[in-house]
Amino acid sequence: MNYHWNWGVFLQEAPEGGVRYWELLAEGLGWTLAVSALAWAIALGAGLVVGTLRTAPGRVLPMIAAAWVELFRNIPLLVQMFLWFFVLPELLPPLKRLLADADPTHGQFAAAVLCLGLFTSARIAEQVRAGIRSLPRGQREAAAALGMSTGQAYRHVLLPMALRIIVPPLTSEAMNLIKNSSVALTIGLAELTFRARELGEYTFNFFEAFTVATLVYVVIAMSANRAMAWIERRVAVPGYITGGRR
Amino acid sequence: MKNVVTLFAALALACATVAAEAAELTGTLKKIKETGVITLGHRESSIPFSYLDAQQKPVGYAIDLCTKVVEAVKAELALPDLQVKMQPVTSANRIPLMQNGTIDLECGSTTNSLQRQEQVAFGPSYFVVNITAAVKRDSGIKSLADLNGKTIATSAGTTSVPLLKQYERTAKIDVKEIYGRDHAESFLLLANDRAAAFVMDDILLAGQIANARNPHDYVILPESLRTEPYGMMLRKDDPQFKALVDKAVGAAMRSGEARKIYDRWFTQPIPPRGVNLNFPATPAIEGAFADPNDTGV
Repeated sequence: MNYHWNWGVFLQEAPEGGVRYWELLAEGLGWTLAVSALAWAIALGAGLVVGTLRTAPGRVLPMIAAAWVELFRNIPLLVQMFLWFFVLPELLPPLKRLLADADPTHGQFAAAVLCLGLFTSARIAEQVRAGIRSLPRGQREAAAALGMSTGQAYRHVLLPMALRIIVPPLTSEAMNLIKNSSVALTIGLAELTFRARELGEYTFNFFEAFTVATLVYVVIAMSANRAMAWIERRVAVPGYITGGRR
Repeated sequence: MKNVVTLFAALALACATVAAEAAELTGTLKKIKETGVITLGHRESSIPFSYLDAQQKPVGYAIDLCTKVVEAVKAELALPDLQVKMQPVTSANRIPLMQNGTIDLECGSTTNSLQRQEQVAFGPSYFVVNITAAVKRDSGIKSLADLNGKTIATSAGTTSVPLLKQYERTAKIDVKEIYGRDHAESFLLLANDRAAAFVMDDILLAGQIANARNPHDYVILPESLRTEPYGMMLRKDDPQFKALVDKAVGAAMRSGEARKIYDRWFTQPIPPRGVNLNFPATPAIEGAFADPNDTGV
């Protein structure tokens, strides 16, 4: 391929004036990180609750939790993003009035965080459920034999063990979430992929723009991977499944 | 005397060599001749230039003009069975797809800009557009200056974005921008009152308005941020194909055929819903037809 690489493009001034392209990409990276971090917090919190409820005794709570999972897992992410940003405000007039006065970026950011957080929560819930189900039945029974209530059994026995088991699949979810955050460009949030496309559209240096964006995504996803690996080692119970590797 | 004969013989030989070289196909025409296929890039919602009708078939003003080029290619290469492939493109991928050879000719609504000319070439301009804003009729906005403090929608990756930023600086107004992924989404932002205006090429605004539920609710501001020529995009440094495109489109413009095609798409009901854009040729467009050229902005 006789493509003429032009890496100097990142130092050029963007047509909107006053900023260089690399600064716009850095700004985009900031949005990507902010969306990913907040969405991850929501996903972990909601996923933990919903996943636990799926294994709870009785019928009503597991059913509600199952409905949650199926709702957020079965609608394509792109469609969910559209629904949160374009459709929800139409259904809630007070929200729409609020958005009309606010900075549009805030509305986009909130929609992206909620959408990605809840979408990922459904996936995490399934992993939490799998983690709890993978524990030997004896653990639950032993907790009961010690006189623990159901809540205490979850708090002191089941969840601490289950969460350790699911750290590796959670790592994948964290990396997926970071990459999924690029879907926010469809509602106009100027995150990393948005800025890379913009750079390409104005300068036609698409290859340079996406090469850099790709490398940045790899670095963030690998950092998330390393951080989770560190957590995995820190919380390992010696002699127990994940604790064997050192 | 003998020397003169030798000289003439040498000259004749040289001329013959040059002629043989000229007849040899290069670039896009060579590729089309070898594969028997020409791939046209089309847009999906650039009404009425290039969009999908009710049967999801690409139609439009630019598609009809490109058909003239396809006919010229068939005649030039003596390929009556030339296969025409239609490839949808977006404003973000049209240039890479042109450069990597996926499409041979782009029939859409692409501004012929000097910056783009560094990457691709353009056929004769077949339309001249004003960049302006569409607003709701009852909003009370009469000029671009009235947009101060408002939220303005525009489509990401278009030339409207830097123009809007420039206007903000020179007119000393402060607006909040919100980006739609495509024109339909940007228009949705205006229709749902999430934005007070949609800044875009006037004809694309007219297209969105004509297809809106209540076309009468919207007006296009008479001001213009800039005028831009539209042209068919082709690969750079491909003189044979460029000459063919220039000749085919130029001939249609001079013969009045292009004008008939124009009237069919801009002043008569068009698919998919039989709306009429009511957009008669402006003086700038008349000028482009009278003097076919590929001058960019």
